[in-house]
Amino acid sequence: MLPDEQGRYGPYGGRFVPETVIPALVELEQAYNEAAADPTFQREVDYYLQKYVGRATPLYFAERLSESAGGARIFLKREDLNHTGAHKINNTIGQVLLARRMGKKRVIAETGAGQHGVATATAAALFGLACTVFMGETDIRRQSLNVYRMGLLGAEVVPVTSGTRTLKDATSAALREWVTRVRDTYYVIGSVVGPHPYPRMVRDFQAVIGREVRQQMMEMYGRLPDTVVACVGGGSNAMGIFHPLLADPVNLVGVEAGGHGLATGNHASTLQCGQPGVLHGSLSYLLQDSDGQVLEAHSISAGLDYPGVGPEHSYLRDTGRVRYTAITDAEALAAFHQLARTEGILPALESAHAVAQALKMAPELNQDHLLVVCLSGRGDKDVEVVQSCG
Amino acid sequence: MRVKQVMERLRKDGRKALIPYLMAGDPSPDFTHRAVLELAGLGADMVELGIPFSDPMADGPEIQAAAQRALYGGTTVATVLELVRSIRQESAIPLILMGYYNPIFRYGLKEFAGTAAEAGVDGVIVPDLPLEESSPLFDQLTKVGIDFIPLVAPTTSPDRMAQIGQRAPGLIYCVSRTGVTGTGGETDDNLPAYLNTVRQQTKRPTVVGFGIDGPARAVAAARHADGVVVGSALVRFFAGGTGNPLGQAGELIQTIRSALDGMTSTE
Repeated sequence: MLPDEQGRYGPYGGRFVPETVIPALVELEQAYNEAAADPTFQREVDYYLQKYVGRATPLYFAERLSESAGGARIFLKREDLNHTGAHKINNTIGQVLLARRMGKKRVIAETGAGQHGVATATAAALFGLACTVFMGETDIRRQSLNVYRMGLLGAEVVPVTSGTRTLKDATSAALREWVTRVRDTYYVIGSVVGPHPYPRMVRDFQAVIGREVRQQMMEMYGRLPDTVVACVGGGSNAMGIFHPLLADPVNLVGVEAGGHGLATGNHASTLQCGQPGVLHGSLSYLLQDSDGQVLEAHSISAGLDYPGVGPEHSYLRDTGRVRYTAITDAEALAAFHQLARTEGILPALESAHAVAQALKMAPELNQDHLLVVCLSGRGDKDVEVVQSCG
Repeated sequence: MRVKQVMERLRKDGRKALIPYLMAGDPSPDFTHRAVLELAGLGADMVELGIPFSDPMADGPEIQAAAQRALYGGTTVATVLELVRSIRQESAIPLILMGYYNPIFRYGLKEFAGTAAEAGVDGVIVPDLPLEESSPLFDQLTKVGIDFIPLVAPTTSPDRMAQIGQRAPGLIYCVSRTGVTGTGGETDDNLPAYLNTVRQQTKRPTVVGFGIDGPARAVAAARHADGVVVGSALVRFFAGGTGNPLGQAGELIQTIRSALDGMTSTE
């Protein structure tokens, strides 16, 4: 089972960070391995996921959406119904419980759309830890509601004004803070990115999504789904839903943000347009120029607006186990509206990319085809952005 | 070789190494070229040249801004190597490149080592390449006789310091505190104990960087090491575009030089 001892998924992953935090990563890896093997810790995580987050989330047959697409039966894995409105809390409950177990009094996080920031602030409030969230100024502007929510939850939000002022720079700022306060601070990374053991740990905490899909589909149809579709920014909801299905004959599709279109250069399609490189602690596909400088990503969705991607996705891309595609801003917006009108569900713009991909594929497939979409978050946070797009 | 020779000479003379850090191409290669020669004439023993990167994880605001200026001026790994080549025609001062892994990785490790050796690079520091990940670059640099210069931090265990020491043909770079580069900030009360531990664990010469912003901190660090690196405090002079930045940088280097030379008798 990947990763190996060095935190590698094939050639990808690893631990490319300053020496200052290496001992902290070793300590974290050890603490996580112990926690993962400790039934008490697992019971604690399960308890909060069930009683506090509201799991299991439904696997909902979107009948009218399926009819409107024609073809495959589309199911929505309703991560939007989690407390705080996205899959992010599966990971933050796990990591903040781990931070508490390790005796840390303070957690920090980076956030793009604000969903991971809110989820971290929520878990920190729940377990009584201090919380600081780093967020790019551009994202603060386009996700003001989430900024306010984090404040209400008692977290401090630090605006990041360097670079592109989005998730990439928020992550760099959080890493700098961690390097500085490594002795008393736990860094809650929000996706399957960063140095080992984060990609593995975040995947494991998110794998509850895929385990539930397995069980729910077996209960409903006595078999596994034919296809599973999920959006990929850093790639945590996708890794979570894919991982328990990797060994099965299930067609897995990861959807990157196509922005204005891959040909324009304004997109966040790292796996399709990037080359291997090192950013934020791991070797993975990366949007970069010929000199190895990181390029600015673009997506209508702040959560997908990131030039890197989790190392395990890079591995799954190279092996061909997962197929990666891109959905443009315009296609995601259209899917947002279609889901709202046919099902009464406003998806997060991130998740709308996965919905759009399902709508593209469904007409080509017959009605026996069971197609699951990971509806990773709800769209309340995006209403202003959608409004401004007309 | 040049690094080793300089360190041996300094040790024999009972003096400390003074290593200014400049971001290559900030704001232009010509300026950096002149600055290196100027600082060499004012008592710098070696010079560290930063390779700019868009996402410098271990750097504070001064060096982040310097990297942005250099990138804005079109600086690339290739132009930094070209700059070394041109400085090398006029000076034998040891030149150490400090850059993040991705631009070097993208350039190609073997090609980078080959071109760097030919241009006259003496050492390479990569702040986001810890021991576990360093073998591919270490091997390429060793083949061409360039010193891989590893970093240790206050959080590094004594055992690990010893392991890192074995990966240090020339120098060990001691990060003075938990944190990023930059002026101001706290000094670590445990700095002497930490630096002494490094010395116990390895016989390699040690230089201290991060937060060395003037004579006082330079002397405090140098009491327990073989030299100091001054970075952010210098590059901030190049931010404004007014006055005489090179003069100010030179003055700071001279001040630190005299302070370091003044301490030899008490050491």
